[in-house]
Formats: sequence, C-alpha cells, structure tokens
Amino acid sequence: MADPVLSTDGLTKRFGALTASDGISLDVRPGEIHAVIGPNGAGKSTLIHQICGGLRPDHGRVHLLGQDVTALNTAARARAGLGRTFQISALAMEDSVLQNAMLGALGRSGRPWRFFGRALGDADLRARAEDCLARVGLADHLHARTATLSHGQRRQLEVAVALTLEPRIFIMDEPMAGLGSDGSAKLTRFLDRLREEAPILLVEHDMDAVFALADRVSVLVYGRVIATGTVAEIRSSAEVREAYLGEEG
Amino acid sequence: MIAERWLNLAVLAGLLGVAVWARIADQPFTITLTTRAVILALAAVGLNIALGLGGLVSLGHAVFFGLGGYAMGILAFHVQTYTPLEIGPISIAGSTSMPVIWLTAIALSSLAALGIGLLSLRTSGAYFIMITLAFGQMFYYFAISWNRYGGEDGLSIYVRNGFPGLNTLIPFQFFGICFALLCLVLLIGDRLARSPFGLALNAARQVPVRVETVGLSPFRLKLVAFVISGAVTGLAGALFADLNRFVSPTMFSWQLSGELIVLVILGGVGRLIGPVVGAVLFVALEHLLGGLTDHWHVFLGLILLVIVLFARGGIVGLLSRRRLGDG
Ligand SMILES: Nc1ncnc2c1ncn2[C@@H]1O[C@H](COP(=O)(O)OP(=O)(O)OP(=O)(O)O)[C@@H](O)[C@H]1O
Ligand SMILES: [Mg+2]
Repeated sequence: MADPVLSTDGLTKRFGALTASDGISLDVRPGEIHAVIGPNGAGKSTLIHQICGGLRPDHGRVHLLGQDVTALNTAARARAGLGRTFQISALAMEDSVLQNAMLGALGRSGRPWRFFGRALGDADLRARAEDCLARVGLADHLHARTATLSHGQRRQLEVAVALTLEPRIFIMDEPMAGLGSDGSAKLTRFLDRLREEAPILLVEHDMDAVFALADRVSVLVYGRVIATGTVAEIRSSAEVREAYLGEEG
Repeated sequence: MIAERWLNLAVLAGLLGVAVWARIADQPFTITLTTRAVILALAAVGLNIALGLGGLVSLGHAVFFGLGGYAMGILAFHVQTYTPLEIGPISIAGSTSMPVIWLTAIALSSLAALGIGLLSLRTSGAYFIMITLAFGQMFYYFAISWNRYGGEDGLSIYVRNGFPGLNTLIPFQFFGICFALLCLVLLIGDRLARSPFGLALNAARQVPVRVETVGLSPFRLKLVAFVISGAVTGLAGALFADLNRFVSPTMFSWQLSGELIVLVILGGVGRLIGPVVGAVLFVALEHLLGGLTDHWHVFLGLILLVIVLFARGGIVGLLSRRRLGDG
C-alpha cells in the first residue's frame, strides 16, 4: 500500500473540560477522498485546525509526505503542500475575485517581496489564477468585488484559491455548506475528478456527497473516531447508525 | 463624481498652483504655509501605508517624525557649533547637505520602525495602539531629558541646509524640493499598492488567516509595511525641521501622532491622495480659523465627526467613484 500523504497520530486537544479531539489517528492515501463525518460539535473543524497549524494539539503528531510538521506554523505547512478551504469563507472581501485567486498564486510562487511591478500584470500569476477560476466556473466574474458574490460563488472561490496552490493534499471543511442541491451536485462532480490531482480530506455534512465521493469515511463523535471504513462498511455499521446516522433518519 | 486619478492630479496641481501664484504675487508666507501642508501630507502619506494598506493603527508615528527632525537638527547643530558628532569611538562631522540628512532620517526611522514593529506587531487592536503610543512617549521623554540637544527647549538651527544646485533659502525652491519628494513618494506608494507585495499586504489587513493559508506571513508583510511607512514619515520629519529651522520634543508628542491619524481619516484611509487632502484642509483651517479663534480645533473636531459618521472613505471617498479594491 502506498505511503499516506497525510497522517495524524493520536491528536488530542482539550478546551478546558471539553475534549474536542481525543486521540485522533487517521491517514489520507494518494488518490483517495477520505471523508470525515460527525454531528455538529463533534470536533471536525478542530481536527482540521490542528492539521493545518491554526491550533496546537496537546498531544499527537501530524505528518505530511513523511515529514513531521507538528512544529510548523500555518504558512510553512501550506508551503509544504496543504491546500485548505474554510467552513466559513475567509476571503478578502474588498478585493476582486481575481485578486483573491492571485493571492494564492502569489503564495505558491513564494515571491511576495516585489514592490514595483503590477501584480495584475504578472502574466504567470495571472494565468494560474484565471485558470483556476475558470475551473470552478468563475471565469465570468474575474473583476467582481468578492463582497458582491453570492454565497455559492464564494464557496467556489474558496476552492479556486486552494487550486492555485497546487497542493499535495486538499483539506476541505464543509465545501458544500449552503450550496443547494444543484451546487452540491456540481461540486461533487468536480471533487470526484480533483482527487486525481491530489487526495482530499473532506469534512462534510452532505451525506449524498460523502457517499458518492468517499473512498473511506471516518466517523467522529465527541472528538473520537468511532469507525473508519468504506462507504458500504460505514453504512452497515450498527455502532455508526446508533451514534450518528440514525439521527439523520 | 470623478475618477480618482484625475482627483489626484487635481489636488497636486492645486498645491503647485497656489505656490506658483504666491511666488508671482510675492507672498512668501503663503508659500511657507503651502510647504507646511506638503510636508504634513508627506508624513501622513507615510502613515497611510501602515494604516490604509496594512490596517495598522499606529499612535506612535511621531517617533519617526521626531527622529527625522532630530536627524536634521543634530547634524546641522554640529555644523553650526563647529563640533564633531561623537558616537562611541567614532567621530563624524555634522552635515547641512539635505540628501545626507534625508538618508540619515530615513535610516534612523526605518531602524526604529523595525524595532517597534518587531515588538508590537504580534499584538493587534487596542494593544497595538497602546504599545505604539508607549514607544512614542518613551522617545518624547528621552528628547526632553537630552540636554545636549536642547532638552525641552529644542534646538534652533541657524544654517539652512543645502541641496546641490538650488538656493534653499528661497521659499519657492524649498517648496519645490518638498513637493517633488511628495510626488515621488505618492508615485512609489501607488505602485506599492498595486504590486505583488501590496496585494499580499492588502489581504493581510483583511483576512490574515487567508494569507497564512497560502503560505505567506502576515507578520512579515506588516512589518515591512511598517518600516516603509516609518521611513516616509521620518523623511517628512527632516523636512519639517528644515522648514521651521527648529526641532523640539513636540515632534515626538502623541498629539502629533494623533494629528497624523486625523489627517488620514479626513482625507480617506487607504486612498492615495487622502492624506494630502487631509493635510491641506488641516493647514487651511489652522490658518483661516486659527486667526479668528483659539478654539479652531473644535471645528476640526466637528468636521472629523461628520466624516467618521457619514463618509467613511473620507473626503476623497466622497468625491471619487472608485471603491477600494478595484485594482
Ligand atoms: N477555541 C475554542 N475554545 C473552546 N471550545 C471550542 C473552541 N473551538 C471549538 N470548541 C468546541 O469544541 C467542540 C468541537 O468544535 P468544532 O468546531 O471542531 O466542531 P465541528 O465538528 O466542526 O462542528 P460543525 O459541524 O458545527 O462545524 C465544540 O463543542 C466547540 O464548542
Ligand atoms: Mg466545523
């Protein structure tokens, strides 16, 4: 079996008396979509924050491409290959769609210390940004102010910015949230192809999407992974049904 | 509603026009007043790089203004007293050459900005304001106690500093130097805002977490912005001292830091020409109302209040149709 691209080893995080992550060990292998599901407050975002560097775990390690990145900050982990999207869009609202994507391309280029040439005139950055925007379907909105985008378009832009990074793995926190069924279906088809570029750790509430996409699913409840398996295994697991899926009816 | 580019040119042309008119009409005092506006504008343009682009509300920019002022004062003082300037074991001659003084002012203020930035940029919001304020007070009290250079009374400089090929004693020529520097810095500021660095800084102000997520450090971006900002305000300080031929600890005062913020807010935070408009308005009010009443600051306060409540883009925001962020 191929070495995992990303693995966590016993990640534990406490907020006071609350254990938000309780010894979470999981991995993401090349070419796969590994979905993490769980009820609200299960600790999915907390897990992602620890993987991406926004939160320090109390215990445990994070490995990316065989390298221990636990001590690295968010920016260094991004440079090491993490491409992350946010549950709540984190975009420069005053800037244009193109500028947001170009920021990603600029980060990827690692050359922000240029004080004179026009950013928008940098052909390489611009080509990369426009290409990624076209892929998510925002080609017609390059110069729109991000604040004027619909919720769905902001979600698309989140994905486009991650694409500009050409990451070794995508970490996505509820990319379908609030998209509506059309939007979810479109994004589902998109992610289905995206896994060929880089594997995806996908936190998602939309069960149709998860069951359609995931190679493996981990179920997180109260900070603990209670099961990891294929979609079929997870759907038939009595424990999972009881703890989580049952609530969905 | 006019395009911001034309507004920028109109403001600069207006400043130049007033100075040219005053020269023809032989009104040296008006030239000096205009020069004062240009220099304050330059200081505020510097602040606007930190405040407008970087979102750094610095209540300590007087540090850089004062350092620029004292760079001029001290270098010229040693020339007029025929004494060498001794820094530890090294002994150098003073200078009355403007380029030397400017470079010294820029070097000192960027160094100070680097130090202050390193210590303060880890914090944000009210803490950042307080730390920068504290640094300002530190420099202020240091200057007061520095008797070698006049202490509380400040330093009067009798020599006028020179610029190769110009007679800087002529108010219009000194105005020309200051105006040219302002235009140069505006040009640099404009390019900076549109550059890759500007793009990243702009995002670091709005969503630092996004900037980290693409692999860049908001801290370093803001630090560099703060240093550039301090350097420009330091240069303005050197010119201000030259204009008055006097430096004193008030150049380090927190009131001055506050005034610079007021200039930027009046004109429009993050607008290229905003600080210039703010400075012109400020000097005009100071002159026109200051002659009538000692309480002219009340009017300034009222205008500021109206702007903050009803026109968050400042005067430039009211006049120009461009919204921030349109490239
Ligand atoms: N910084 C924090 N301080 C204290 N408690 C926190 C913090 N962040 C998260 N929590 C708590 O940790 C638990 C897990 O939160 P988290 O956001 O990871 O859940 P989630 O699975 O992403 O939920 P959702 O599906 O609503 O996004 C919640 O009970 C939350 O209130
Ligand atoms: Mg969450």
